[in-house]
Formats: sequence, C-alpha cells, structure tokens
Amino acid sequence: MLEVSGLSKRFGGLQAVRDVALKVPPGSITALIGPNGAGKTTTFAMIAGFIRPDSGRVVLDGHDIAGRRPDQIAEAGMVRTFQITQPFAGLTVLENIRLGAFLRSADTSAATAAARAVGLRLGLGPFLDRPAAALTVAGRKRLEVARALATAPRMLLLDEVMAGLNPTEIQEIVAMIRAIRDGGVTVLLIEHIMQAVAALADDVYVLAEGALIAHGPPRAIAHDDRVIEAYLGRGAAAKLGAHA
Amino acid sequence: MKAPLIVVGLVLALGPFALTSQSLVNFAMLTVVSAFLGQCWNIAGGFGGLTSFGHTIFFGTGAYTAAILQTRWGLNPWLALPAALVTGSLVGAAIGAAAFRAGLRGSYFALVTLAFAEVFRVLSNSLDFTRGGLGINIPLGMGAGNFQFADRRSTYAVALAFLVLATAAAAWLKRARFGARLAALRENEDAAAALGVNLVRTKTIALALSGGLTALGGVLYAQTYLYVDPAISFGVERSVEMLLVAMIGGAGTVWGPILGAIVLHIIADVSRSWIDTPGFAPMLYGVVLLVIIGLLPRGIIGIWERWRA
Repeated sequence: MLEVSGLSKRFGGLQAVRDVALKVPPGSITALIGPNGAGKTTTFAMIAGFIRPDSGRVVLDGHDIAGRRPDQIAEAGMVRTFQITQPFAGLTVLENIRLGAFLRSADTSAATAAARAVGLRLGLGPFLDRPAAALTVAGRKRLEVARALATAPRMLLLDEVMAGLNPTEIQEIVAMIRAIRDGGVTVLLIEHIMQAVAALADDVYVLAEGALIAHGPPRAIAHDDRVIEAYLGRGAAAKLGAHA
Repeated sequence: MKAPLIVVGLVLALGPFALTSQSLVNFAMLTVVSAFLGQCWNIAGGFGGLTSFGHTIFFGTGAYTAAILQTRWGLNPWLALPAALVTGSLVGAAIGAAAFRAGLRGSYFALVTLAFAEVFRVLSNSLDFTRGGLGINIPLGMGAGNFQFADRRSTYAVALAFLVLATAAAAWLKRARFGARLAALRENEDAAAALGVNLVRTKTIALALSGGLTALGGVLYAQTYLYVDPAISFGVERSVEMLLVAMIGGAGTVWGPILGAIVLHIIADVSRSWIDTPGFAPMLYGVVLLVIIGLLPRGIIGIWERWRA
C-alpha cells in the first residue's frame, strides 16, 4: 500500500530524519513509535506532503508521491490527522466533517449526509450541530479522525490520536481504530505510548534520533534492547536485565 | 419569523422608487452601492478571510475599463459591464496567484493589496493611456441606451440589481462546496489542505470572483459621475469603506454587508447634520469599528445570532 524508502530531511544543522524506510501492507495497522524528538512527526509530514523531503521516495499504490502537495495526496486517497488538533473552530462539528466529505462529492446534501453518517459512527452524534471549538480534547481527537475518514481514504495517517486522553478514552479510540481498519482502511499511526501500540499494531517501526533502530511485531519490539535504551537512556537495558 | 423580514426588506428595497425627494433617493443609492461593494469584499474577505485592504483596485479597474472603452474605442457603455467583469477577475486572479503562491496571508496579504492599490494609483496617474492625473471625462449623452440616467432612481435600480447579484453569490457560497472550502481555509489552512483543499487555487478563484463583481461597481460609478481619476479609483478611502461595511454588519455572513451599509450611512448622514467638518465622518467610522470589534466581533448580525441561540 505505502512504501517509503531513503527518506531524509535536514533542518539547518539538524538531521531530523535520516534514510527512513518503511512498508505498510494493505489492510494493516502499522505503528511508528519513538521518544520525543525522534523525527516521527517530520516523517509523517513528509509522507503527507506538508514538508518536502530532501531525498527519498514515498510510493502510494505504485506512484511516487514525494514532493506533491497535501491536497493532491488527499485526493490520491491518503489523509493525515494532526497531533495538535486543528479544528475549523468557527464551524460546527458537522461542517468540519463535511469538508472531508466534499472531497468526494460536490453535492451539498450528499456530502452532509455522508458527514452525518461518519459523525454518528464515531460517536459525535450529540455534538454535530455544536461549534467545533466547544469539544473536549477527546472529542477533538475524534473529530480529526472523523474529518479524515469522511474523505473516504484508503490510507489513514494518525498522528498521536491517543496523546492527552485518559485510559477509558484510549480504550474507546483503540476500538475505533480497529473498526476503521476492519472497514477496509489501512492505518499508519504515530504513537508515543508503547502500551497502546502493543494492543493495536500488527507491525512496529521504532525511530530514534531521526533513524530507524528497530522493526518487528510489537511483542518483540517491547523487549528490544535498542528500543529500551532509546526510551530510557544508555545502559538501561543492561540494568533492567540485571534486575530481572 | 422570516416573512416579516422579507416584507421589511422589500419595502426598503422598492421604497425609493416611490420617492420624489432626490436627496433621499441619492441616499438610498449610495447606501445600496456601498452594500454592494461591501458584499463584494465579503466574498473574499469575509467568507475566505482574505482581508484585502486594497479592494478599490477592482473598483478602479472597472471604472477605467468603462471610461477607456468609450473614450478610446467608442464602444457602448453597457459593454463595459461584461468587460469589467473580465478585467476585474483577471486583476484579482493575477494578484491572488502572486500573493497566495508566495504564501502571504492575514496582515501580510492586507499590506500587499494596499501596496497594489497604490501601484495602480501611481500608474494610472502617470500613464498616458489613462490620461494621467487629468482623469477621463466621459462625454455626456443621457439615455438608457447609453447607460446614463438623468433620474437617480434608475441608477438606484442598477445598483440594486448588482446588490442582488452579489448577495446571491454570497448565498451560494454559504451553501456550496466552494464556500465550505473557503470557510475551512479561513479557519485553518493546514487542516483544509490535509482534507484535499487546493489552497492557492481556491483563494485565487475567490479573489477573482470578488474582483470581477467589484469592478461592476466601478462601471456604475463612471456612468453616474461621468468622470474617473486616479484618486477616485484607487484611493484608500473606498477600500476602507468596503471592509468597514462588511465588518460592521458581520463579515462572512450573507446579510452582514447590507446591514453594515445601512447603519454606516445612517450614522454618516446624521453626524453630517450635526457636525459638518470634513473628515469627521471617517473619524466616526473608526470609532464605530472599534466599538464593533470590542463589543461585537461578529458584527451587528452577531446580536441577532446571539438572540436566536
């Protein structure tokens, strides 16, 4: 579905992302994790067309889309959400979702109906006619996903949709992401929280200091020494091993 | 609920045809022209958040289009309407393509439009083609066929038709996909782009649409006063009045500019009868705008919305 190779980006003296390669098979939930500042969001922004990569290929369904604009990539069927939620604050929740639906239908009543259906499916029913600015954090995260989903994507890029949520809300959103995948949408997600990813992802890539350091199923990743060190600091794996 | 409003609107709109007082008809005409221009600004500035400070560029383009078509090429002035629609749109598209491609928005876009208006003023002041600072006199030739009306009520009728056209465009924006995309990019450009909105194209089309309509106002001005010059066409006052009317009434709403124009012109007229110092009205406009921004950021129409909610 999505194949990234050799993706690099330098900001002045900082090599933010170095030679990242990852593969997202169709129908999977793939996760990109890593400590703060690892370059996850930059990688994401390059895949979605918000930052132009210095080099590398982003191949969606056999077409190299690296360097295309975000709207062209959305049109091609891949849509991102934002870690810091970006609602159209002055518009209602329904109008927010409808903008996504307008990508596939120019007809206002058809787009409204599609948006309403997505909103109901994601549990935003009671808030559809409220201003988006009035939503809670969890509600805004849902709205991000609902808007993206309304564009009828084949591939969804979720940027830390669980950050800032309480455990109950995380459970709800995990179930929601599973349901989205079961509905036929391939998912690539960024997460900081490893536990949430373990429950959800088929495959995990770990990014640290701009480069991939590990790749595999979540169970193996959780015990990978390099990953533990990246999160907890040098020597942490040995110390944990000594205690065990 | 809506029926009484429609009746009030119709009475206000059609009332002037029954008036015999030229000054009252004149007041109605100026108010409607101002509402029309405000509505044109609103299409880009209100719905799309493209806060232009130089919208008179398009007004002036229309005025010069009318004057030049007649005096240089001897064309019938009615042809100036479609011609101005084209020239206004082209100027809007050109400025939009340049500014939006460069990623200018908010106050930077406002400054660039202000600068463009000044460039147009300087150019029209120095070019032979526009007869420089002399301006262009349009030869007198009263008659409907020549788009020159002796009766202000006819001018009023044309202005009213323009206002209906621009308001229909605003109402269409409120309903259609294009308007939804404009509103979305006004609220948050990154999110709009992520959801498939082509920012540069959408904004450029909006500015072209707004520019084309605004230019019609310039044609009407030229045909009413039979004279255009650089200051009339590209002076900053008209730009300010356009955005003032929209913001006072309620930017980004269908009825805001009409409400804004009525309120502003009543204030201006009343204040003129108290204090007849030149420059007092613009100063009063400033005060009104401050009060609106401070107390009613959504404009006068915000009172209605708050009362309904």
